[in-house]
This record gives sequence, structure tokens and C-alpha cells, in this order.
Amino acid sequence: MSNSLENLEQSFQDRIDRGEKIEPKDWMPDRYRKTHIRQISQHAHSEIVGMLPEGNWITRAPSLRRKVALLAKVQDEAGHGLYLYSATETLGITRDELTEQLLAGKAKYSSIFNYPTLSWADIGAIGWLVDGAAIINQVMLTRTSFGPYARAMVRICKEESFHQRQGFEIMLTLCRGTEAQKQMAQYALDRWWWPCLMMFGPPDAESTHTEQSMKWKIKLKTNDELRQQMVDQTVPQAELLGLTIPDPHLKWNESRGHYDFGEIDWDEFWRVVKGNGPCNKERLEARRKAWEEGAWVREAALAYAEKEAERTAVSAAV
Amino acid sequence: MNDQQALYQYLLLLGDSPMILGHRLSELCGHGPSLETDIALTNISLDLFGQVRNYFQYAAKVQAEGKSEDDIAFLRLAHEHRNVLLTEQPNTDFAHVIGRQMFFDTFHQLLLEALRDSKDEQIAAIAHKSLKEVKYHTRFSSEWVKRLGDGTAESHRRMQDALDHLWPYAGELVQESPLEKQMKQQGIGADLEQIRPLYWERVNAILREATLEVPENSWFQAGGKKGIHTEHLGYILSDLQYMQRAYPNMSW
Amino acid sequence: MKKQWPLWEIFIRSKNGLEHRHVGSLHAADAKMAMENARDVYTRRQEGVSIWVVPSKHITASNPDESGELFEPSMDKAYRHPTFYDLPDELKHM
Repeated sequence: MSNSLENLEQSFQDRIDRGEKIEPKDWMPDRYRKTHIRQISQHAHSEIVGMLPEGNWITRAPSLRRKVALLAKVQDEAGHGLYLYSATETLGITRDELTEQLLAGKAKYSSIFNYPTLSWADIGAIGWLVDGAAIINQVMLTRTSFGPYARAMVRICKEESFHQRQGFEIMLTLCRGTEAQKQMAQYALDRWWWPCLMMFGPPDAESTHTEQSMKWKIKLKTNDELRQQMVDQTVPQAELLGLTIPDPHLKWNESRGHYDFGEIDWDEFWRVVKGNGPCNKERLEARRKAWEEGAWVREAALAYAEKEAERTAVSAAV
Repeated sequence: MNDQQALYQYLLLLGDSPMILGHRLSELCGHGPSLETDIALTNISLDLFGQVRNYFQYAAKVQAEGKSEDDIAFLRLAHEHRNVLLTEQPNTDFAHVIGRQMFFDTFHQLLLEALRDSKDEQIAAIAHKSLKEVKYHTRFSSEWVKRLGDGTAESHRRMQDALDHLWPYAGELVQESPLEKQMKQQGIGADLEQIRPLYWERVNAILREATLEVPENSWFQAGGKKGIHTEHLGYILSDLQYMQRAYPNMSW
Repeated sequence: MKKQWPLWEIFIRSKNGLEHRHVGSLHAADAKMAMENARDVYTRRQEGVSIWVVPSKHITASNPDESGELFEPSMDKAYRHPTFYDLPDELKHM
């Protein structure tokens, strides 16, 4: 068999079709590498930027129990970002390079984090809906073809199981509380519902990456299939809470066995993706500030490590 | 103050410093100089809030007025807080964060070691459990003081600036207040007279190894233990208490 | 480009009696920091009782292109496995 590029690509695809995992040092098509660097780092950036809207309520959490749960959750997101950056780094790019792409606006992150958290109920809504949507996506990704990505996902899914429960419990407490608390919960659902459905990306008809991604098992279901799964699983949960999903067209469709739902405002989606969401600028600015103000700290630690290594070498020589 | 009131106040004194410092650290979550450091600082914050909950749950029991840990944490006025002024100092830069932490951790470890022998079994148990956490904090912050002090010219300058700023707040930790004296005499509280020389010895050793100058100033600000605070505390409390004040008497 | 904190590979023993297993990697300026970071990043949920940290650059990996000559020769050596040997059923526990 000749080692032509075509043959290599074919046997690579055969491996994926057989359900084999691809490991970092294996031969892989250049596009596979690039797509993974883009997608995994985008996922990592989302975890890191995602710390900001929730972090906004850490100092104002209403009870000590809620405060430690939220702190632990936001900290987990830092950990998840770290696992994902590590997975990206196996493909031959550094975390610093990835961070610079993010800060230069060249890399994307999930648009959902460009919306503001305006009340404590938003923390509940994010855990319930945003993490709910993320879990749907991530459970699928535990079976993706690239080994380091799949392994990071397994770890992340295991850790995230408490996140959604944490959010739902916040919502439940509010919905069983006073009128003011119920209103707070409803108002949060009103604002987060549609952006959450947008998290699964553009409709299949307009999605440019879907076909290739499914071939490489980066995706096992289409955007619209995942979105439908989100709607189907969330409606009964909203009923249990006694909250109203802000969609007059939402209706059970007996023949499809799914809920029908209204039209998503894709203009809004693209507006936010292109940088004009309510908080795009603040989010990137916060990350840039942390990165720039941390530069001297990172340098100092390296300089100290080098001095220590020299001192050890000298004392060993004597 | 009867014994029970004194014990209650002493528990506030033990819990308030970790609470305010934990709050300051929690402000940094998502804004650290590297992901790994961000995670580490949040861990310390979580440890401190865990300790706060232990102290305040016990304080609520001692007070016996049917209040909860949250009533104690979120519904006191500024002058009813007994934390030291050091813990209120802002996150000016990473050197300030680390310097503040190093002073507090060094003291905190000595305090907890002493409180393990408290006649009050509950306090002894909390101290025993917390000590494991705080030993790790001490290691973390003292190593970082060395990294920054003996790192680059810039980090050295920043660490020295932070020390110069924090130094006047470093003494209050080991200044015995009347309440602490009373608790010491009852065998419940720690003896700050014994802790003081060890504290300064350890602080000086860390600074020396970090190639930093011990600041000359020998006047120490104090007042936190009796409820007279810096201007920072009011702002901290307006965040901390926001929900409980805006939506009183609700469960969360 | 500026230098960044080097990469470390992290191995964790989840409980005594088990081997250390590779769990992932992280960045740290020195070994002490790598150890502390590993504790914070990879044992937040009591996942470990012991940690090894190894600079990633010190790991030598086998080349996947050579997998054939490295690993396939052992495939036809069934006599290394206990099931290769036929023994009477009456003989238990061997």
C-alpha cells in the first residue's frame, strides 16, 4: 500500500469508523489537528470566560452554604478550562498562544457568557439551563475520536454532575419561597431561555462544520437534535418549578414525540457572536486584565525557579 | 460579660477574620495571574469559609437565641465585627494578596496549634481540623513570598511595597485584647503572649529568605478586635450582606 | 515569545495498594509549585493519597509509527497466557 496522503487519510478515517481513538502522536490530517485545536480551545476559553458571570455573585451569595457551593463550582470551571487547555496542548500549541488568540479576539467562546447576571436567580438559571445544555453536549463528546479530548470530557462530566443540581436547587428554593423570590426566578428564566437554546449553534441547514465534524466523531448529533433534546428535557423541569417558559409556541407534538417550539432570533445570535452582546467587551477586558496584571507574577516565578535550580546545582557541585 | 457571652464574642473573633479574608480571596476567583494560582487561592477561600461555618454554627448554639450561621455571618453591623484590620486590606496586586496571606497564615497556624488544647472541646475540634488546611496555606503563601521577593527586580519591588503597606497591620494579630485575655484565663482561648515571639520569628525568617527588608515602622494599627475598622469594611459588608438586607427573612 | 511555565505530567495514586496513574498535566514554575497545583487541580474530590509530578520534557514516548514492530510480535505468543494450557476440570485453582 502506498503512503500517499489519500491512503493515509483513508486509513485514518477507517480507524475512526472502527471506533478507535486517535492519540496526539498518531498521524492525523492537518485539518483534523486544526479543527481540534480550534474546537477544544474554544471549549477551554468558554470555561474560563464562563467563570466571570457566575463569579459576579460570589461575594453576594445569600448564604454561606450557597457561597461555598458557588465558589467550588466556579473553581471547577477553572479546572475544566485547565484540562481542556492541556488536551489542546498535546496537539502542539501552547496555552500562552491559545490565551493570546482569545485576547486578540481571534478565538471564540460560547456566546452565552456574554449575557449579564442581574440577580441571584441568574446563578440558579445558569446552573439549571446553561450547565444543562453544556452537559448534553459534553456527554456526547465523551465518545469523540480524539483521546485527550474524550478523556477530559469524562473527567468534566463526572465533576459537573453537581453543577446542574446546584442550579436547580437554587431555582427550587426560590420557587417555593416568597412572591419576590418567584418573580426573581421567572425573570431569570425569561432572560436565559432563548440564549440557552442558541448555545447549540446555528440550525443544521446553516451549520458549516456539521458534516465533517460528524465524520470525525467530534459531533455525534446535529445542533438541532441536541437543541430538541434540551427543550424536551427542560419543559417538565420548568413545570415542576411552576415557571413559565417564555415561548407562546411551545407545545407537545404527539406525532413527533417532541415539543414544538418557536423561532429563535438568529439575528441576535449572530450579533452576539460578532461581538455586540451585552457583555462581550467586559468579559474580554476582565480576562485581558488578569492576564496582563499576572505577567510579572508568572515571570517572577520562572526567575525564582531558575535561581533555585542554579543554587541546587552549585551546592551539588561543592 | 458573662462566660457565655464572652465565649460567643470569642467565636466571632475566631470566625470573622477568616470570613473577611475568605471574602477578599473570593473576589479574585476568575481573575488570578494563572489558572493554577486562581484555583489555589479559591481553595484557600473555601477552606476559610468552611472554618467560618464551624465557628458560627457553634456560636449560634452558644448564643441560644435560635439564630443560624447565616444570621451571624450576614446580619451584624460593621462595629459588631471582630476581624483584624489586615484581613480587610484590598487586593491591590498579587504581592499584596500574598503578603496579607503570609502574615495571616503564619499567625493562624500558631493560633490553631494552641487552640487544639482549648478546654472547650468544640473549639479544640475545629482547631484540629482546620490546622491541616492552614498548614498548607502557610506553605503556599510563604513560598510565594519567596518567589516574588527573590524573583525579578519588578516582583521584588512590588513585594517590598506590599510589605511596607501591610506591615502596620501585621501586629494586631498578636496584640492581646481584653476578651482574649479573659478567654486565655479560662483555658479556652490561646495565649498570644506565647505566640507573639514565634510569629515574629517566622515572619522575619520568611522575609530574610525572600531577600526582603523588614520595614522600620514599629507602630501597629489596631481596633478590629473591638469593632473599630478601616473604611474598607463597610464596602465589604455591603456586598456580603446585600441579599440578606435587600430580601430580609427569606430562605435561600 | 515570552517563556511560559513548563508543563508537568501528573500521576496520582487513588488509594494505597493501587499504582499511580496518569491523570493529566498542568503548568508550574518549579516542582514544589507543580506539586501544590496538582493537589489543587487533580485532588479536589479526594481522588488521591499520593502524587508524582514529572516535567513533561523528560518523558520519552514510543513512536506510534513503530507500533507494529513494538507490540505486534507479542500477539502470537499465546503460550504466555494461562488459557494456552489444557488442564482437567477436576484440577481447581491453578
